[in-house]
Amino acid sequence: MKKRFGNLSEETFPLRLSPFAFRFRRRARIIALSLWLVVVIFFVACEREKREFRQAPPSVRVNVIAQSDLQPGSVTPPPPTSNPDEENAVAVNEGKRLFDWYNCTGCHAHGGGAIGPPLMDEKWIYGSDPAQVFSTIVEGRPNGMPSFRQKIPDAQVWELVAYVRSMSGLLRKDVSPTRDDHMNAKKSEQRTEEKQPLSTGASKSSEQSK
Amino acid sequence: MRTRDIAGSAGIPACIERREARTTVSVLIARLQARNLALPTRGLRFLSAAFLCLFFSGCRGGIQSAIDPAGPQAGRISKLWWLMFYVCSVVFVLVIIAALIAVVRSRSKQSKAARVEKITDKPKLSLSKAEEQRMTRTVQGAVAVTVVILFVFLIASFSIGRSLSSDMENKGLVTIEVTGHQWWWEVRYMDTNPSKIFTTANEIHIPVGQPVTLKLHSTDVIHSFWVPNLNGKKDLIPGKDATIWLQADQAGVYRGQCAEYCGLQHAHMALFVFAEPVDKFNAWMDAQRAESVAPSNESEQRGQQVFLTSPCIMCHTIQGTQANATTGPNLTHVASRSTIAAGTLPFTRGHLSGWIVDSQSIKPGNHMPPIALNSEDVQALLDYLQSLK
Repeated sequence: MKKRFGNLSEETFPLRLSPFAFRFRRRARIIALSLWLVVVIFFVACEREKREFRQAPPSVRVNVIAQSDLQPGSVTPPPPTSNPDEENAVAVNEGKRLFDWYNCTGCHAHGGGAIGPPLMDEKWIYGSDPAQVFSTIVEGRPNGMPSFRQKIPDAQVWELVAYVRSMSGLLRKDVSPTRDDHMNAKKSEQRTEEKQPLSTGASKSSEQSK
Repeated sequence: MRTRDIAGSAGIPACIERREARTTVSVLIARLQARNLALPTRGLRFLSAAFLCLFFSGCRGGIQSAIDPAGPQAGRISKLWWLMFYVCSVVFVLVIIAALIAVVRSRSKQSKAARVEKITDKPKLSLSKAEEQRMTRTVQGAVAVTVVILFVFLIASFSIGRSLSSDMENKGLVTIEVTGHQWWWEVRYMDTNPSKIFTTANEIHIPVGQPVTLKLHSTDVIHSFWVPNLNGKKDLIPGKDATIWLQADQAGVYRGQCAEYCGLQHAHMALFVFAEPVDKFNAWMDAQRAESVAPSNESEQRGQQVFLTSPCIMCHTIQGTQANATTGPNLTHVASRSTIAAGTLPFTRGHLSGWIVDSQSIKPGNHMPPIALNSEDVQALLDYLQSLK
């Protein structure tokens, strides 16, 4: 018996199992292990659809906004902020719903722009970084963009930020929305090819019209 | 051959005994008997009686029951239900009796000799011609009866289904647009005069004895409108118009429920239909058409300010103020309603404050985000909302 099972001595199996029981136990262990593996693989992709029910309350803090590019010394770029909602398909889809609900479509249409600038192109007047889009929504911008401070809870603003960025293909394909709830006016966000952001600043015409 | 004979003759009764003993009920009885308890049969009788009581306790009717009709359409549906119930009960009893007869007869008829004959390689498989004819006739008869019963059901349900709408069509004096949302009902009373149109939520008031036209829509997913005491189900399909007619002959409150799974909070998507005498109904309509009451004291004024400067204003309407958003329920006369969150909780100050501060713990997944307000603002907001009669 010892010879057959190598170094597995009777210390490991003090009950002195019959060869059949031992083989059975080993097999059960292998099966259990592979089941665990399957379960682990199964849940690896779960973050993509993770749902947060209890969101953070709306912000009361004052976001600092730079009104001018001028600064003393050399240029220090703002630290890039990551938006966890951009990894989450549920959050991006919520953003898409809120984009309609909060009447963003009233000015920006479904991305093509109307009395507000288009959001599905590569031009970003006030920056394409998530933090910059966040402060555009919360602070508002000159020439028409209203401030939504204390009107939209922060968590929902981040969802909107994620969705706005998905409109020009800046998000991963597997989290971007695939379809509209109504008739499609354009390619879905998932099928939109990535457009490298160009920081344009406010256009001359809008400067003049001030 | 010899061993098999022995095994056969002695083995069968033993095997049957063992099989019987294996059923749990008989095991239970045997164990109780072993303990010299006289209880088992009486206990079992009591248990089955209790089970039957439980089974039929749902049959009392109530405010959400298809067999307690309060209108002509629900009356017809319940007649159809009872027809099916009685026919199916008779069929069930007959089938069970037939099965019992089959079991008992084959036991008595097949003599022990015949059973032994089967075992000893000489089975008597062929039936006499008369026997075979009799069996054929029995099967033919049963099939014929089944087909007839199914046709009776088909014709009955088809004609009742048609009659539910045909005699109501274009007779409704009141037209109500009901829109399904995840997870609440928007109720809009239409009028040829646009200034008389008003919107409420989760509660439908109707005049007693009059047909009412309901136009059903959905904005997100498929819902289904079902007030069992008044009518059958009707699906609300996004992009499609559906119409249903209701008529209540008895005044009362009837509960309705979304009857098509529509997402996380499908179970908490209820509505109430209030059938009222015509004059009371008209008074209610007039009250609902009015603008919201102005805040009457300092706390209510502050509450209104809180409402207008917080995320509330992004989704809700209070007529007479700047709040005009339509994605959430209309709150113009919210205090006149008896429940909040589509029948989830009664309309009380405590429930309302819980809902405002942390609705996600009451109805996880609903589209109302938590609103962070300091406690004084919450109290003022509650004062204001409770004043919106």
